[in-house]
Amino acid sequence: MAKRAGPLTLGAVALSGGIAVLVLGTALVLAAQAQGFSLRPADWDALIFTLKQAGLSALCATVLAVPTARALARRRFVGRGAMVALMGAPFLLPVVVAVVGMLAVYGRNGVFNQALQALGLPPVPIFGLQGVVMTNVFFDLPLATRILLNGWAAIPAERFRLAETLGLPPQSQFRHIEAPMLRSRLPGTFSTVFLLCLTSFVVSLSLGGGPAATTLELAIYQALRFDFDLGRAALLAGMQLATCAIAVAMAGRMTMAAGLGSGLDRMSEVPAPGGWRRGVDGLVLAGVAVFLCLPLGAVVQAGLGGLADLPAAVWQAAGRSLVMAILSAAIALMAGLCLALAASRGIGPRWIGLVAMLPMAASGLVLGTGLFVVLRPITTPEAAALPVTVLVNAVMALPFIYRLVLPQAEELEQGYARLCATLGLTGWARLRFVTLPRLARPLGLGCGIAAALAMGDLGVVALFAGQDSATLPLMVQRLAGAYRMDQAAGAGLLLVTLSFVLFYLCDLGGRRAAA
Amino acid sequence: MKSFHLALAFLSLAQAADAQVPVLNVLTYDSFVPEWGPGPAIEKGFETTCACDLQWITAGDGAAILARLKLEGADATADVVLGLDTSLTENARATGLFTPHGLTLANDLPVPFSDPDFIPFDWGWFAFVYDKTKLASPPNSFRDLADSDLKVVIEDPRSSTPGLGLVMWIKAAYGDGAAALWGELADNIVTVTPSWDQAYGMFLSGEADMVLSYTTSPAYHLIAEQDATKAAAAFDEGHYLQIEVAGMLKSSAHPDLARAFLAYLGGDAAQEVLPTTNWMYPAKTSAGGLPVGFETLITPAKSLLFSGTEAEAMRQTAVEEWQNALAR
Repeated sequence: MAKRAGPLTLGAVALSGGIAVLVLGTALVLAAQAQGFSLRPADWDALIFTLKQAGLSALCATVLAVPTARALARRRFVGRGAMVALMGAPFLLPVVVAVVGMLAVYGRNGVFNQALQALGLPPVPIFGLQGVVMTNVFFDLPLATRILLNGWAAIPAERFRLAETLGLPPQSQFRHIEAPMLRSRLPGTFSTVFLLCLTSFVVSLSLGGGPAATTLELAIYQALRFDFDLGRAALLAGMQLATCAIAVAMAGRMTMAAGLGSGLDRMSEVPAPGGWRRGVDGLVLAGVAVFLCLPLGAVVQAGLGGLADLPAAVWQAAGRSLVMAILSAAIALMAGLCLALAASRGIGPRWIGLVAMLPMAASGLVLGTGLFVVLRPITTPEAAALPVTVLVNAVMALPFIYRLVLPQAEELEQGYARLCATLGLTGWARLRFVTLPRLARPLGLGCGIAAALAMGDLGVVALFAGQDSATLPLMVQRLAGAYRMDQAAGAGLLLVTLSFVLFYLCDLGGRRAAA
Repeated sequence: MKSFHLALAFLSLAQAADAQVPVLNVLTYDSFVPEWGPGPAIEKGFETTCACDLQWITAGDGAAILARLKLEGADATADVVLGLDTSLTENARATGLFTPHGLTLANDLPVPFSDPDFIPFDWGWFAFVYDKTKLASPPNSFRDLADSDLKVVIEDPRSSTPGLGLVMWIKAAYGDGAAALWGELADNIVTVTPSWDQAYGMFLSGEADMVLSYTTSPAYHLIAEQDATKAAAAFDEGHYLQIEVAGMLKSSAHPDLARAFLAYLGGDAAQEVLPTTNWMYPAKTSAGGLPVGFETLITPAKSLLFSGTEAEAMRQTAVEEWQNALAR
């Protein structure tokens, strides 16, 4: 392993430094302008509720993702490719749109409660902690499944062959081959979902049923908007970042290397046992498909009507959002790859892992407000709107790429580093012939997620956008804010469709390149 | 020599007219500027009178506008701020960033309103909106609502101006009894949303029987969608007012232009645009009267409104009362 400071090391140092400055610096900028620092008693309740809803949601999503990913990994059926692709869809929905979809299914007049009523059962209210957790699971179960599915795909085919030769029954195969893979993937998956739920407040507040469902992010919103208490906002942002640091550190401690060794790059054929296991897999997949498709179907149905008469400004905003999303994804892809490779090779600063996950716990509002204060003397917010949004979205998406690429980059390092050194493969040649082909799958998936997230983001642009720089999510909000709910649903559907196409193309590209 | 100077002056004037048309920056909330909002018509109308270029700067809502002003301080980009409401004006005045407009504009608000720093441009009464075809006898007071098993969806006072308006409404109607009333209302509140549009969307899709909105909301459905099923319930306690105001900043490089804009905003041309784009009452009804359809709306017998100072003084306590009563 080269110990001199190569471009990768320099890149990793610069990137992790830049991210730390952006995330921590913006909170410090607010702190520097603060009149005083004090929290309210309700802020501690907000911390507790935030941890509770994020922990429960992450637990449910991760636990459910194991049988789902396993069933998807070992079964071949018509529509499997479509189902894997569909797994990307919920995650890409703007929160407000997803809430509408969930309500259409599980709300008072939803299909679910109508079915219960037809059976003579009492309705189950969606408002409350159950609704919050269920919606978070709807969002994040597919993501967790995709992360784990990549884990199954990364198990060398030789291991399963060996197990079959030895005549190991399914439960032993699980213990010796699949469980080690899960041990290396589950803590990271859990912490990713946990961090995703940590900073959301729209789901918690709209479905939580009342102010008891106050999250830290909402408290930050209140502090910055109505109270203009910068000190309190900075403290709350600090609490959120500290929670992230603890979660990442704990996940890191609990993660164990799979230790399966590398194989000869053959396509992994996960053995598919028959009998009752087949039936259970079928039930799991059918259940998940129904759970995910019903709200998605409701979103499509709600949007179709309004799609026809969208104002021209919506189409312009859609074009603007597309370009910005592609730029953001490209930046995030390069940065994420650089950090994951550096971390897997043990070069660059040791805190890369933490820094790469920090943006997930960054409050969009704090980030935006901090940047606003910093950029204000240099340029007008309107002029900075588009570059700032692209950059912030790239940083916000980077943790996904890092998290997806890292496990495979580590296995690559363990398996191929010595071979590469022996062959004298370094630099671009190693990147091109060894690294990229083997990381194409997670890179494609990560890039798709980054593009779709950037497409749907409303956090930062709302603070900077002027008259002519509105993005598609902002347009959805402007339509809904003017009673035009049908058009808003139509624009929402357009947003979801574009996000999904971007995601699908990136993901497909990754899978093609890997095959 | 003299002619040379004259020529030079003429040249620079021509250049100014050509390249340096003064720009008037107006900071407003997001939903004011899209093509379906009041922004474009008002911009076009004002630009024909002013030989200037009106540029909109946007922030999320009234509270976001104020937060942005405080961040920018004396160095603000905006000349005019449009879209604060009376629960924020005192806070805004205290920044010291505003300068008296010096205008005397007639208005026909339901309560006397005159402010040296702010001119009202539109207003509305908060109200609970329901569907006449689903709810035959709506409640006629907060008490009535609390005693019923009707479900309502409201907005969060910590993130939404209508949500704050409701907290003020109940405080104005019940004073020290506000906390107790919130306690009684708790089981009627199906959920609290971060923003108005989410609450209204939930109501439209049938998640609640009523939603906190404005007495003018049914006019949108009637005029834009030819749907006469929505109505606002009249409450005996009276209805709290939201008065939206605009003011000019001390730091403006074009104070005369800013004042001219405020005068234009208060005049007939702009006022006629507001009812069917912002779906609020104009501050001064023009000679042409209100748009057809507005006559179907309820007119509350009693209007409630705290002065800016009172509102500012009790905002935090009132919100905490709300939070404690509902957070059980």
